[in-house]
Amino acid sequence: MSLSTADVRKVARLARLAMDDTEIEAARSQLSGIFELIEEMQAVNTQGIEPMSHAQELSQRLREDKVTESDQRELFQGIAPQIESGLYLVPQVIE
Amino acid sequence: MTWETVIGLEVHTQLSTCSKIFSGASTAYGAEPNTQADAVSIALPGVLPVLNKGAVERAIRFGLAIGAHIAPRSVFARKNYFYPDLPKGYQISQFDLPVVGMGALKIQVEPLSGNAKPYEKTVRITRAHLEEDAGKSVHGAAQGMTGVDLNRAGTPLLEIVSEPDMCSPAEAVAYAKALHTLVRWIGISDGNMQEGSFRCDVNVSVRRKGEPLGTRREIKNLNSFKFMQQAIDYEVQWQIDTIESGGKIQQATVLFNPDTGETRAMRSKEDAHDYRYFPDPDLLPLAITPEMMVEVRSAMPELPEARRMRYIEQYGLTSYDASALTSSREMADYFDSCVSLAGPANAKLAANWIIGEVSAQLNRDNLDIAQCPVSPQQLHGMLIRIADNTISNSGAKEVFRTLWSEGGDADAIIEAKGLKQVSDSSAIELLVDGILADNADKVAEYRSGKEKLFGFFVGLAMKASKGKANPTQLNEILQKKLAG
Repeated sequence: MSLSTADVRKVARLARLAMDDTEIEAARSQLSGIFELIEEMQAVNTQGIEPMSHAQELSQRLREDKVTESDQRELFQGIAPQIESGLYLVPQVIE
Repeated sequence: MTWETVIGLEVHTQLSTCSKIFSGASTAYGAEPNTQADAVSIALPGVLPVLNKGAVERAIRFGLAIGAHIAPRSVFARKNYFYPDLPKGYQISQFDLPVVGMGALKIQVEPLSGNAKPYEKTVRITRAHLEEDAGKSVHGAAQGMTGVDLNRAGTPLLEIVSEPDMCSPAEAVAYAKALHTLVRWIGISDGNMQEGSFRCDVNVSVRRKGEPLGTRREIKNLNSFKFMQQAIDYEVQWQIDTIESGGKIQQATVLFNPDTGETRAMRSKEDAHDYRYFPDPDLLPLAITPEMMVEVRSAMPELPEARRMRYIEQYGLTSYDASALTSSREMADYFDSCVSLAGPANAKLAANWIIGEVSAQLNRDNLDIAQCPVSPQQLHGMLIRIADNTISNSGAKEVFRTLWSEGGDADAIIEAKGLKQVSDSSAIELLVDGILADNADKVAEYRSGKEKLFGFFVGLAMKASKGKANPTQLNEILQKKLAG
C-alpha cells in the first residue's frame, strides 16, 4: 500500500505539523515503507493468538487513592510564557 | 403522520476519589487556579501516568450495580485532539476494551403530560469506561487571551453510554434521574450537577413510525433535568418541522440555550471527529482480579431498586411512595430508621409523613434529608402517638412544627401544649348534647333534609373541644345523635 500526498497532508494537519512540499514527499515515502512492513506482517498467520495491547505481557500497577502532590504552581509557572492570576495564558480560543 | 423519537444518553460522572486518576494531585473543587495541577496534570515531558485504584473500584461498583460484565482485562487508549485545556494533546480514555460492558437500569417513568399513568421500563447500558477530564478554559481572562486552569485536568470520570432505548423526554429524564440516584447511592460520585460532577449529552433523532432510524443530533453538556426536558422538547419539534418542510437532518453537535429555550448547532470543525485512537503505550492493560471483584462486591449496599421492591412487598407501600423514599440513600435510610423504631405496622404512616410534611419542610428550608432537624428518633416519638390515637392529625402537625423549630420530644410537647385528644366517649357525648341543645333550630333543619349542616356541627364541636376531640369518634356520636 502506498500513501498519497493528500493522505500525508491530512495526517500532518491533524498532528499540527507544518511541512513544505519536499518534507511531505520525504514523509510520504518513509511512511509508505512502514505500511509495506505492516503488510508483510499481516501475511503472518495469527489465528488463535490473542491480540496484545502492549509489548510487555504485564498488567497495570495500581496506586492507592491518596493525595501525594503539593502545590508547585510558582515553580511550574516560572517557565510559562505568560500567566495572569494563576492562569496560563494562550492566544484566544474561539468556540 | 405519527413520529417516533429515539433518544440515547452519554453521561460523564465525576468519580469521588480524593486524588486524580493518573497522579496524586488533589481533586477538591474550588481551589485557586492551577494549585492542584501537578507535573502530570500539566503534562510536563517525561512524566508517566499511574492508575488510581479508587477509580477502578468505583467503576467496578457501577458495573455490579447495573448487572454488567466487568472486563477482566481492559485497555486505555489515547484520544487525540488539540485544545489548550488538554496539554498532552490527547485524552486518556478507553476505546474498544472498556472496563464495564453491557448492563441495564430499571426506571420508573412519570409521563409529563395528559392523564398517562406512570410505568416501568428497562434501559440498556451499552458500556461504561474510565477516562480523565480536561482542564478549564477561561475566556476573556486577559485582552485577546484565553486563560487555562488545569486543576480539573486528570479528574477521574466514568462515561456511561446508554442504548437508544428511550422514546420521550420523560423517559430520558427518568433514566438520567435513576442514574443520578444510583451513582450517589453506591458512593462513586457526589453527583453535584452545579459543579459539573454529572453532565449529560443527549442524542436525539426522529423517524416516521416503522421507518429506519433517522439522523441524530447530539445536545451537549446538559447539567439540569429541567434543561434536559426543555432541550429535547425543542430539538424533537425542530427535527420534525425540518423534515416536514422538506429539509434533511445533518448530523451535528448542538448546544442548548436556557435563556431562549432553543438548541443551536455548534460550528462544525474540519476533522473534528478524527480522534485517531490507539492503545496508550504509557499504560499497561488493566487487569481486574477475582480477589478485587470479591472485595468490591462484599462492600456493595442494597441497591435502590431492590429496596424499592422490598418497601412494596414488605410494607405494602405504593410504587409511587416506594420510589419517592428511594430517591436517595439518605432518605431511604431515614425511613428505615423510623420503621425500625416504630415497627413495620407503622411503615405506611412513616412513609406518609416523610414524603409529606418532612419533605415539604426540607424543600421550604432548602435542606437535604441528611440535615433534617427532626431525627428519626424524634419523628418516631410522634408517629407512635398518632398510631395510638393520643393526638389527631392536626395535633400531630403542631407537634411536628415544634420538633422542627425547637426540638424536644413528642410526648413533652403534647403535654406542654395540651394536644392530647379526647377519646372518652362520654365526654364527647356531653359536649355534643350541649351543642345540639343550643342549636335546636339547626337540628330541625338538618333532620328535615339539610344534611350539609353536618359540617357546621362538627366545626362547633371541634371548637368547643379546642380541637382535641377524636374526629372519628366525634363523627360517629354526632351522626347517632342527629339521627335522633
